[in-house]
Amino acid sequence: MWVEFGWLFSMAKVSKKKGSKKRSKQGSEATESSGTKPESSEVKPPVVYDDSDDDEVYGLNGAGEEEVSSEEDEEENERKHQKLLEAISALGGKKKSLGERSEAATHMSEFTVSAEGEADRVQLSDLIGTVETTPAVSAKSRKQLKDLQRSRRTVKCPLSKQETQRIQRDLAFQKAASEVSRWNSIITQNRRAEQLLFPLNPEPSGPRPMERVVTGWKAHTPLEQEIFALLSANKQPVHDPVLTPAEEASVRAMSLEEAKIRRAELQKARALQSYYESKAHREKKIKSKKYHRVQNKAKRKDHLKNFEEMVKTDPEAALEELRKLELARMQERMSLKHQNSGKWAKSRAIMAKYDEGARKAMQQQLEVNKELTQKLVTSLKSEEEEEEDEEGAEDGELLPDFVNVAEQDVSNPWMRGKLPKEPTERKTSSTEGVTVVAAEEEEEEEEEEPEEEVLLRELDSRRKRREAQESDTAAVVPVDAVEEEEEEEVTEEQSLEKEAEASDEEEDGLSEFTRIFRGLTKDQKAPEADFNEASTQLEEGLIRIRSVEDAEGLPEEDAAEPPQAAPSEHPLSSEQQVGPSRKRKKGIELMEVLTKEMKAIKVPLAPTIMDSEDQLDQRGLIKEAFAGDDVISDFIREKRKHEEAGKPKVVDLTLPGWGEWGGLGLKPTNRKRRRFRTKAPPPPPRRDQRLPSVIISEKRNGAIGPHQVSSLPFPFEDHAQFESCMRAPLGRTWNTERTVKKVTKPRVLTRLGAIIEPMAEEELLKDQKKSSWTDSKKTHR
Amino acid sequence: MKVKVLSRNPDDYVRETKLDIQRVPRNYDPSLHPFEVSREYTRALNATKLERVFAKPFLASLDGHRDGVNCLAKHSTSLSTLLSGSCDGEVKVWNLTKHECVRTLQAHEGFVRGIIVRYCGTSFFTVGDDKTIKQWKMEAPGYGEEEEPLNTILGKTVFTGLDHHQKKGVFATCGQQVDIWDEQRSSPIRSFTWGVDSFSSVRFNPVETDLLGSCASDRSIVLYDMRESTPLKKVIMTMRTNTLCWNPMEAYYFTCANEDYNLYTYDMRFLEKPIKVHMDHVSAVLDVDYSPTGQEFVSASFDKTIRIFSKDGGHSREVYHTKRMQHVICIKWSADNKYILSGSDEMNIRLWKANAAEKLGVLSPRERQATNYNQKLKEKFQHHPQIRRIARHRHLPKSIFHQRNELRVMKEARQRKERNVRKHSKPGSAPVVSEREKNVVAVVK
Repeated sequence: MWVEFGWLFSMAKVSKKKGSKKRSKQGSEATESSGTKPESSEVKPPVVYDDSDDDEVYGLNGAGEEEVSSEEDEEENERKHQKLLEAISALGGKKKSLGERSEAATHMSEFTVSAEGEADRVQLSDLIGTVETTPAVSAKSRKQLKDLQRSRRTVKCPLSKQETQRIQRDLAFQKAASEVSRWNSIITQNRRAEQLLFPLNPEPSGPRPMERVVTGWKAHTPLEQEIFALLSANKQPVHDPVLTPAEEASVRAMSLEEAKIRRAELQKARALQSYYESKAHREKKIKSKKYHRVQNKAKRKDHLKNFEEMVKTDPEAALEELRKLELARMQERMSLKHQNSGKWAKSRAIMAKYDEGARKAMQQQLEVNKELTQKLVTSLKSEEEEEEDEEGAEDGELLPDFVNVAEQDVSNPWMRGKLPKEPTERKTSSTEGVTVVAAEEEEEEEEEEPEEEVLLRELDSRRKRREAQESDTAAVVPVDAVEEEEEEEVTEEQSLEKEAEASDEEEDGLSEFTRIFRGLTKDQKAPEADFNEASTQLEEGLIRIRSVEDAEGLPEEDAAEPPQAAPSEHPLSSEQQVGPSRKRKKGIELMEVLTKEMKAIKVPLAPTIMDSEDQLDQRGLIKEAFAGDDVISDFIREKRKHEEAGKPKVVDLTLPGWGEWGGLGLKPTNRKRRRFRTKAPPPPPRRDQRLPSVIISEKRNGAIGPHQVSSLPFPFEDHAQFESCMRAPLGRTWNTERTVKKVTKPRVLTRLGAIIEPMAEEELLKDQKKSSWTDSKKTHR
Repeated sequence: MKVKVLSRNPDDYVRETKLDIQRVPRNYDPSLHPFEVSREYTRALNATKLERVFAKPFLASLDGHRDGVNCLAKHSTSLSTLLSGSCDGEVKVWNLTKHECVRTLQAHEGFVRGIIVRYCGTSFFTVGDDKTIKQWKMEAPGYGEEEEPLNTILGKTVFTGLDHHQKKGVFATCGQQVDIWDEQRSSPIRSFTWGVDSFSSVRFNPVETDLLGSCASDRSIVLYDMRESTPLKKVIMTMRTNTLCWNPMEAYYFTCANEDYNLYTYDMRFLEKPIKVHMDHVSAVLDVDYSPTGQEFVSASFDKTIRIFSKDGGHSREVYHTKRMQHVICIKWSADNKYILSGSDEMNIRLWKANAAEKLGVLSPRERQATNYNQKLKEKFQHHPQIRRIARHRHLPKSIFHQRNELRVMKEARQRKERNVRKHSKPGSAPVVSEREKNVVAVVK
């Protein structure tokens, strides 16, 4: 009874954990073990998919069920029979009931449940009923049982053994296949390799350590024992004295390649460092003030930028900076530095009247002072503003009078109170433009191509002249690029100011001026474009003119000219003729082509008409067609040419200067020439000698045939490739030593007397390491 | 009178040091050498001829067995040691350099079916027809000691093949099923069956060491993974496969020797059709072994010849035979890639050179350069008909020659018939089946 119960429980669990494989497998095993017959079917040879046994298994199961049902019937019959017997015995009155022999097996089923009578049968509901009354059963299992009762679904039949095995095999194969595929890269690499070296990891050459040669060696003498005790105490390698554990660890930590990379990096860093050091040293030695000024300015700019960034990112550090600046300012204010009060400054002041350099130097000093004593707010302003301020401050307030005056008239070109440069430039350019345009208009039809060049040249010369003037007026002040920029800025500002000041009329005037200027430039551009077009047309035209003349010269083409074109051309004057004729050139050319074609067509037309008259005369027709060429004589000529080519030639081997006087203008004597002139023996008679209508080439040499390759061999893709391969010599007669070595390298190289082990997993690791190393290298770059 | 004398400055022709390269009194300008191709052609032709002249592959015959040699085994650490098992149950250990037998032991009653040396080289295993697996010490027993196996395992059925794992103390046998044994245990740790009644050979993959392949008598080749409980896959061919051998340098390729006179190289991942069919034998191929470089393999055949194939060549590059050599049953390629060892029916083991014309022993540098150059010349001009003819010419025994011709005729006839059938049937109904696909019946998952 309890066995049944336990089984039920397990079933319940199965239903609960539906879909979990383990359970289902158990179940399947259970079913398999219950019936012993299916196992015998395993021996059958499997076909492509081993499913064939499944049906049998099922079939057997089906038979079992039938047997059970028949057994039940028998039992019922027996019961009836017994009842009948009882009834009969009851009829016969008192009789001593004979004890009947019965076997327990018939009353007891294998699951210890008596199978007698319908009423005795145990139902699931009965079991569950008892479960509910007994307090020992937990609520959980009760609930499970209830669920089981409620759910009518049956557990899915587990896959047959064959099926599961097939799935297992497939999975295992896939796993093995993927595992084996790791060797792909090595295998392809080896296949492509120019040379393979075996054994793959050769033992290092040189004497091997004693411990490797003698395997069973032991320390015997007391000295040896002592030494070994020491070694083992210090964790030194005893049997394989190659590396200590620490060394091994270090080797494992960094491979040779990595170490090389690291070394290269360090080298580079060192080289860079020394380079920058030397650069700094060099720069420090430069005496040019200008250079340092520029450098300082750049530095300041940098510093400012950094400072602005710092304000955003690290306000504390910025504050620190500010404090520093403040300190510097305070120091400056307190000290007499840059105040033009020193010895040097005084001497300069004396010189300032006559020496411009002295003046400048003093001014600079003052500027430095001003910069340093400025309030910090201004120091935060951008560089340009500073400059503006400086320039704005170039009034007389801070500067001595003489400096100011001097500045105004000479050294500062934009302080001269003249007109800003750009408008003058514009004007000049505009006037130039006007004049140039005028000139162009005059010369328009005469010169086209060089005009642009002329324009450029003129502009250039004018600029030069102006510059020369400026340089004349201005002193020898060197004009830096930076200063030029400043100039431009200033001029712009000044022009703006001027504009602001100027009245509306002036503006109008300016605008008018600009308008005119633009118009002029446009005009200038437009004719240029025209000329461009014209020039292109002209080029064509030149050719055409020649062609027209040619055409006129040739009587055929003259006749070919269409009658419409000719009259229209004639009335035109010579001047007008040029333009239109250019445009009409294409037409003429076309017509030319057309007439030519027409002529070509007309020729065959005549014989077709002839054809219609007498079609039968084919021979005559061919004659007509090939009237011009004499085939037979051509053939004879060609054959003669071949014969001539085949004849041996007299070879002159005379060398001037041998055995007689040599030199310019001297010729070897006739006697000598006769002597060194070799005549080859006459060749065998030509094979086509007796065949008048055949040319047989004598070039083909039958003896070579068996040595030549008749078809393109496999690895080559085309003849050229094969021939080039054949043409490249391998031997040391034609190649240098190194090339020969490289070319004749054998593909497989083995070491004499070395056992070649099969490829080991280490190769795979090596390969991975190599690839990863190359990757890292790539990323480094 | 002024007398001029011919004089040479030693600076022009003497090297400053021994390590300097030699001065070359030669101009390499190709325009000065118009006949380089023809000169090299002549050299190539001469090299080819010389190769044929020097092609003497047979080195030695080791006699001493009193029955046909059934199996051979290379020693795993010593090049000069060879083990052989014969059909009368005797195992002999040979010293190859001295060409002599160093030890003889009666290992089994009946055939010695398989013999293999442990990876460390200290002991070897044999299996025989008496259903036993025996492990023997490599060293000969001392004076007065009995020749006794270290271990004997009594099996239930006859074992027909044996192979040892490359690195672990595990070996595999085959018979009615494929068994994996631990050296320490007397019962197999795993046994594979897949509905076949007998296997003829089993081989471990030397690279991917846990994989095995075996040949079964139902014409199939079965692959296993030692770690799995089930076989992996099997391919059934039209005829039985006798043995297989894995490529020791390319993990997934193996070559199998078939009864249909051919060898087939498979990629174990794609068993649907072999990578290459190697044809040339005129009788069943009995054994195959790869060269340790994995570039070539050698096969032994029932037709009394040995043939060497390149791993992706359809036809053999070399055929070895002697008058007295009978059916070659087992073959091995020595571990230094230089020699081939064959054991045949008529009780002899023969030692061959792997490259017939190769000079053995240490070469001087100039000799080596010359051989390399000649080799390259032969390769370069191999397509030229004269050279090809000389290089490919081999003498064959009359019977094999005629048999080969007969087979050729048969093959042509078969092809012609196929062609005709194709010509006279609906297009597409008689497709062209490649030689590779023809011999694979099915792949069973």
